[in-house]
Amino acid sequence: MSSAPAPLQLSGLKKSFTVPDGGRRTIIDVPGFALGSGEHLALRGESGSGKTTFLNLIAGILAPDAGSILVGGSDMAALGEHRRDLLRASAIGYIFQTFNLLQGYSCLENVMLGMTFGARADRARALELLDRVGLSDRLRHRPRQLSSGQQQRVAVARALAKRPKLVLADEPTGNLDRRNSREALELIRETCLESGAALLVVSHDPEVLGAFQNVRDFAELNVCLKEAAP
Amino acid sequence: MTLLLIVRRSLRQHALSTIITALSIALAGGLLMSVWVVKEQSQRTFTQVNTGFDAVLGARGSKLQLVLNSIFHLEASPGNMPASDYEYIRRHPAVKMAIPIAVGDNLRGYRIVGTIPELFTRVEYTPGRHFALASGRFFDPAEKEAVVGSFAARKLGLSVGDSFHPFHGLIYDAANQHPETYHVVGVLAPSNTPADKVVWIPIHGLQTMTGHDPRAATDVSAVLVQLRSPSAGFMLDIMYNKQGNRLTFAYPIGAIMAELFQKIGWFDRVLSLVAYLVALVSAAGVLVAIYNSMESRRRDIAILRALGAGRFFISGAIVFEAALIGAIGMALAFGAYVAIVSVVAAIIQAQTGVLIETFAYSAVMLWAPLGMVALCGLSGLLPAWKAYRTDVAENLAPIS
Repeated sequence: MSSAPAPLQLSGLKKSFTVPDGGRRTIIDVPGFALGSGEHLALRGESGSGKTTFLNLIAGILAPDAGSILVGGSDMAALGEHRRDLLRASAIGYIFQTFNLLQGYSCLENVMLGMTFGARADRARALELLDRVGLSDRLRHRPRQLSSGQQQRVAVARALAKRPKLVLADEPTGNLDRRNSREALELIRETCLESGAALLVVSHDPEVLGAFQNVRDFAELNVCLKEAAP
Repeated sequence: MTLLLIVRRSLRQHALSTIITALSIALAGGLLMSVWVVKEQSQRTFTQVNTGFDAVLGARGSKLQLVLNSIFHLEASPGNMPASDYEYIRRHPAVKMAIPIAVGDNLRGYRIVGTIPELFTRVEYTPGRHFALASGRFFDPAEKEAVVGSFAARKLGLSVGDSFHPFHGLIYDAANQHPETYHVVGVLAPSNTPADKVVWIPIHGLQTMTGHDPRAATDVSAVLVQLRSPSAGFMLDIMYNKQGNRLTFAYPIGAIMAELFQKIGWFDRVLSLVAYLVALVSAAGVLVAIYNSMESRRRDIAILRALGAGRFFISGAIVFEAALIGAIGMALAFGAYVAIVSVVAAIIQAQTGVLIETFAYSAVMLWAPLGMVALCGLSGLLPAWKAYRTDVAENLAPIS
């Protein structure tokens, strides 16, 4: 009996950047990490610790210097940019702290654009998700016509519309007040549970972290943070 | 579908620059098509218009002047010729028909031409079509009667039953009024030929108008000639132009007019060059408009890339947007074209009586829009390159 590949499995992941003095500084050095199907994990990390870079590497937005990033069995690190775009579009839902909604598009269009590059744009699915996040009466509204909480709900619907195997959330409540923050987090978790998607949240917010049973320090994974620590 | 949505939204987000750029393209495209069509149509029309004649016989001088004066009723007459020359060519076996004309008077700037009624009754100004009357009848050659061309009648406000005094000379001068009174007995139906802007009277009336030299009372200004065969034209050409030295035989009329267009060909080229430059500047406008908006598009590009859109898709969308602005502009250009060509055609008709065909198909209506859309698409390449290079991670701020 063959088992389905894990939504995320990475090893020997390294990423460095050029610093102003011309040298290279390693930001990410993760020897190994995996996320099982349907698993929800929160990574705790301070601002500037490289959490976003880590998620961008997993999403294929950045290419690593070394290592492998298996997303549903496909090695994101070994793919060319075009194939990385396709893999991201089909297998990964990404929720951003600043929502990153397209301001010139309606809620419905934003959600449909979340599907269109990886699969067929399914209007019924988009409507279903917007209904699920309580925005069925805001379909034609532009993001700026919505509250922050509502915008994040649109972002959640967009990330989940394509039924991704892996959902990445980068400080998903960073721009929300306490009530909206709680609601958004519940929504993300519930919708991931419903769809069976693995969820990886990075945050420094204790309230967010408190909502997860499975919480790890990003510094545990990223050995270059350990080395940098006093 | 997604591409269309993205491009549509982008055009809407940058509506003002889109409209201004599209309008400048419309003007450029309209100008380009107008210059081309007017050039093409006027050349075709003026080399084909002969009002039913193959040649013109007149006083010694330039063939072009002779044709312009007697066929197009432009330019001064090169001089008169004795009636005997008219009689000679009329009876020549190679000549099918000869119609004399006499010029020298005007009615408030519109040329008065003396001729014989056969011009209206026997000549087909275009195959199968005689001059027709919109109202009234043709003049009696023995009376002081006039038949007015349709355009001249409209501009002069003349209709059957009206009367007028001719003015001496080809240029209107109120002080040079002849005492004779002519009565309008007919108005020609539009023929879209130079005849439309002429006031026609009996040739004898013009020859004997008060103040004209009585010694030239039987002279004619030119003879419009229909030949029995093309070879007859070459024979008469040798006879009058090479062997004789008193008269000029202008044949064939179309070739003489083509020479005119050759002579003023440089002007067409200058106009075309200006139109091309305007088109180029408009395409550069597309480049500048999109390029300048790239800063504000960065975040949208980064978001779309994060959602899975590839670099080529995003770059393609920019090129498509540029081409679409070109296409919108060129759709509007047809409106500009209609406006420009209508005005130009009206001016040409007022000057020559000839109505050029403004809405006939011309290849420029295909290649100009396609060329402009392609040019605009090309101008989108630079902004597309900028979009291609947009760093996704950097533009998906903030970074935690």
